[in-house]
Amino acid sequence: MSGHTDMTLVNDEGIRIDGRRCDEKRPIKIEAGVLKNADGSCYLEIGKNKVLCAVYGPRECRPRHLQDPTKAIIQCKYNMETYSVSDRKRPGTDRRSVEISKLISEALSNVVQVELFPRASIDVYIEILQANAGTRCAGLTAASVALADAGIPMRDLIPAIACGKADNHVVLDLNKEEDNFGQADVPLAIVPSTDEIVLLQMDGNMTREELDHGLDMAFGAAHEVYDMQKAALKKRYSEIEKKEGATDE
Amino acid sequence: MSDYIMSQIKRDHLLNLLADGRRADSRRLDEPRKITFETGVIESADGSCHLRLGDTEGMAGIKIIPGTPYMDAPADGVITTGAELIPMAHPTFESGPPDENAIELARVVDRGIRESGMIDVKKLCIKEGEQIWMVYIDIYALNWDGNLFDAANYAAVCALKTAMVPNKQYGFGDDMPLPITCLPISVTEAKIGNDLIVDPNFDEEAISSARMTVTTDDNGNFRAMQKGGKGSITRGDLSLCLDRAVEIGKQIRTIIG
Repeated sequence: MSGHTDMTLVNDEGIRIDGRRCDEKRPIKIEAGVLKNADGSCYLEIGKNKVLCAVYGPRECRPRHLQDPTKAIIQCKYNMETYSVSDRKRPGTDRRSVEISKLISEALSNVVQVELFPRASIDVYIEILQANAGTRCAGLTAASVALADAGIPMRDLIPAIACGKADNHVVLDLNKEEDNFGQADVPLAIVPSTDEIVLLQMDGNMTREELDHGLDMAFGAAHEVYDMQKAALKKRYSEIEKKEGATDE
Repeated sequence: MSDYIMSQIKRDHLLNLLADGRRADSRRLDEPRKITFETGVIESADGSCHLRLGDTEGMAGIKIIPGTPYMDAPADGVITTGAELIPMAHPTFESGPPDENAIELARVVDRGIRESGMIDVKKLCIKEGEQIWMVYIDIYALNWDGNLFDAANYAAVCALKTAMVPNKQYGFGDDMPLPITCLPISVTEAKIGNDLIVDPNFDEEAISSARMTVTTDDNGNFRAMQKGGKGSITRGDLSLCLDRAVEIGKQIRTIIG
């Protein structure tokens, strides 16, 4: 956000450096059920971001002092792999990943029916294989698909996408250059059935009008992401059905 | 923080009051608590502020020391923000390295200061590519009665506003004030039921489902936001938070500006 560059992020025709219009998100690919050992999993690509998410649980909560006798707790670990960014990232948790893990855990707690599993832990592991701006949104979008894939009762999925500002244009789904050299970044996650906001952050500089415009675009795009999440889950279950049909014969 | 269990009778009392648009300390829903502060209280720090927001109390100290710049910004000063929720401040705070609550607090305060451009880091260059000033902002909670986010923000802003770059100590000439361009002011609200209340105290935080912090600059533009907590907020809630952040931010600027 604070970077300065002579690079043109949005040209006179309103086209961005990756060829997108201001209200266009990057291509998205979502696949559910990609890991054998995990109870649920999801692989997600958005633009150059590649994210893998695994869910284990509900299972016994460790460490035990974190147990809640009234409901399950969701423990999310967001982790960037060392080769996911241009410089090698130092392995292990840093302050950024602690904050993101906390926010994603809180957002997921809003839709998972945690009261069904007292004392249990639902562990969500998000690995960023390749990062290109928007990894917390990609991670959260993948996590809710992985939770559904694990068969965990939820009241809805959570699609997430960012809006922001670059070269004085309000833009949807910032890429790396816009994130580094743009003027604002606003990650948003919603519960589509009610349009509640479960994750919202912002840094940069936006007026009220710009912010409202950006959020309008992000809400619309989040509903499109939601359709892709549902499609990925339907595909996964149609595959299981096919497989089971084959063994019956 | 999660160890705290509130009595049902107190919870019901607070909710009943809120149903009438009232609060236990008789504030309006959009009324922050009284702010009192004193700057320059720590002589060993390059800037400091002891601040009270109602009964929430915190100390912010600034240390400014020469360091090496990052390679991608060879002429820019560096800002680092830390926060500690020490056991002195509340029975549920534990000693040890900062937990996720302390880290989130520090990062939200940091974003407000950094993204508003409050400190002109270009003016913190000593010798390009070799030496710059590193500004360390460290915040300690001394007494927790809710809304550490705003108390920490105001304390940090007041400490920075009065901080001096210690040129003399390092043989660079006379001391100078930090290059300050604007004051980022956060306004935090808690969602309880369908109500949003400004500057929640401890009891109000304990029964809230979500938290929304909005930081504005001198022009009333938005510089940082953070939603916290397991609950959700609606687009209408957000709109109210944004309106109030601008309005109340103005009031608070007259107090600490």
